[in-house]
Amino acid sequence: MSSTFVGMPAFPEAARNAVADPTLRGNLRHATHTIRAKRAGAVAELSDWAELREAGRRIKDHTLRHLDRYLEQLEASVTAAGGTVHWAADADEANRIVTRLVKETGESEVVKVKSMATQEIGLNEALEAEGIRAYETDLAELIVQLGKDRPSHILVPAIHRNRGEIRDIFAHEMAAWGRPAPANLTDTPADLAEAARLHLREKFLRARVGVSGANFMVAETGTLVVVESEGNGRMCLTLPRTLISVVGIEKIVPTWRDLEVFLQTLPRSSTAERMNPYTSTWTGTTDEDGPRTFHLVLLDNGRTDALADQVGRQALRCIRCSACLNVCPVYERAGGHAYGSVYPGPIGAVLTPQLRGTTSEIDASLPYASSLCGACYEVCPVAIDIPEVLVHLRERVVQGGPAVRQGNKVVLRPAKGHAAERAAMRAAAWAFGHPGALRAGQRLASRSRRLHPRTLPGPGRAWSGTRDLPTPPAEPFRDWWQRTRGGKDAK
Amino acid sequence: MNSRERILGRVRRALADVPADERSYEEAVPRHYLREHGERTTEETIDLLAENLTDYRAVVHRADAEELPLLIMRLLAERGSQEVMVPPGLPPSWMAAADPVRIHDRAALTPDRIDRVGSVVTGCAVAIAETGTIVLDGSPDQGRRRITLVPDHHICVVGVPDQVVASVPQALERLDPTRPLTWISGPSATSDIELERVEGVHGPRALEVILLG
Repeated sequence: MSSTFVGMPAFPEAARNAVADPTLRGNLRHATHTIRAKRAGAVAELSDWAELREAGRRIKDHTLRHLDRYLEQLEASVTAAGGTVHWAADADEANRIVTRLVKETGESEVVKVKSMATQEIGLNEALEAEGIRAYETDLAELIVQLGKDRPSHILVPAIHRNRGEIRDIFAHEMAAWGRPAPANLTDTPADLAEAARLHLREKFLRARVGVSGANFMVAETGTLVVVESEGNGRMCLTLPRTLISVVGIEKIVPTWRDLEVFLQTLPRSSTAERMNPYTSTWTGTTDEDGPRTFHLVLLDNGRTDALADQVGRQALRCIRCSACLNVCPVYERAGGHAYGSVYPGPIGAVLTPQLRGTTSEIDASLPYASSLCGACYEVCPVAIDIPEVLVHLRERVVQGGPAVRQGNKVVLRPAKGHAAERAAMRAAAWAFGHPGALRAGQRLASRSRRLHPRTLPGPGRAWSGTRDLPTPPAEPFRDWWQRTRGGKDAK
Repeated sequence: MNSRERILGRVRRALADVPADERSYEEAVPRHYLREHGERTTEETIDLLAENLTDYRAVVHRADAEELPLLIMRLLAERGSQEVMVPPGLPPSWMAAADPVRIHDRAALTPDRIDRVGSVVTGCAVAIAETGTIVLDGSPDQGRRRITLVPDHHICVVGVPDQVVASVPQALERLDPTRPLTWISGPSATSDIELERVEGVHGPRALEVILLG
């Protein structure tokens, strides 16, 4: 994934720094609470939300379970509609393909629609290294790019910035990239949006190559869908001569009709709107309207590894709405950067370790970046059971075991730093298999209860530092049951 | 092995647990959700469209065929546009009273030239009441996508009741996926600054919808 994240500290350390930043916490709290309330209102307008959610889940599950068939169907229909399909097994290959396609046009700059997939593969950096400048055109992406910053939210990558900070970034940085910000730029959102409009206008009007992702790809028709708000997407999809779309292989839906589910659930979950301002759909190329050349780059980059995990594969249902980020108590306090990935928040904590593996310190720590409260599952429009996948991934980190990496079956070794946990679990397993030992242990625990420390010593200290140790009862349950014949003789 | 075969091979190995006789698509996807939300008369559906368009800051007008040319003239005059883009198949009567110079979209027209045109007038393919959405499909009365994108003022005429549906599922049924579609719900907007919606970034910042019927 993107090189910008190399060397990230593990989640707890990164989160500790973020929590100590009062501006960041204020910005995040304000933004997530605003959108949370609005989303609840937008969802409540639809009496059949549960049925839409279930249909969305089933459509995505069915597609994933027959992904080979739908990929081939999509390839055929895109090709028949005048597009060219490329396959990229990993980030490097996708970057090489896009770089080559841009070079073949003879151009040295591209305009970009906001796209998670191209961030994931670090496309901008790869193009830069080949002398091609990529201009981000989504307002939040522009803020991130101009501020030499990293995205911290799926939908609103600059959510960690408030209006004053954005004003300063525009005032200081726009001139280096093109048209400078107007003099006396204020920090009102309308003024900031106007500055972005003027800055990007000249780029749109001269652009010859557009690069996008897609929210959905329809297998039966070969149609791609981009959902957006500002019109920068329409600019990039319509004005250039060449359009290159980089899309994860899991973005397929089988039929045109399936869009009736997601075009209802995505906007309401994402920006809490009945409908986002603009949705563009295109099928290959159209004579005399829009790009004359269309390339679709289908990206794997770890997705098939996630698909091989029968518990974890549900994360591939994700439609990138970001509702789970907005409700997450951990995200609200730690912010998006602590997750060390372009996919932050609860969905990032299950997606990133599956796409990248759990060998790095940050990736192994991500399944623990959650209180397992389940709010993310509740709001997910495709019903991804994020807590279930988190627990599953924790097990993989602690115990190791079989997994698939880059298409190959591997046996993961247990991660370091979980020795005490493993020892405790082994001891518990042994005790539960030996009733006599369990009884003796329980009696000992009950009789010595006044002597128990409030925190665990040694390696258990970190664990009990944030948790209350349960107090054992004065009498073990099984003793009580025998003594009172299950409560019949209870006094 | 090329990457296509590599990826498809990985997918097939990853799905080794999926039984060959698994449920078909039709069986696997229950569609117990509603075709539309609530029961409305045609008139109520049109009112809902107007209400939702207004809620997202589109300006809604109503006119009959006789009033339409004068209304378009007035809206263009109020905007002060010197030039107006017209798609090739726009009914000439709509523009009969309008003062601005008509600019016809020819292939030779550059985006820079279109950027100097103040307004555009089009029809639409379908309008969705529940979401306050109009959909353009590039038909002759709507023109190429770029003409409804670059000018800052878009006047869109919706035929009522024929072009109005209640819901998203009903709209998709009517639309042709092979055409390039643009779904528009209010003027350009962003929520990127502190997650507050602000109207106006790159698309037309002024959207006026005329309900014609």
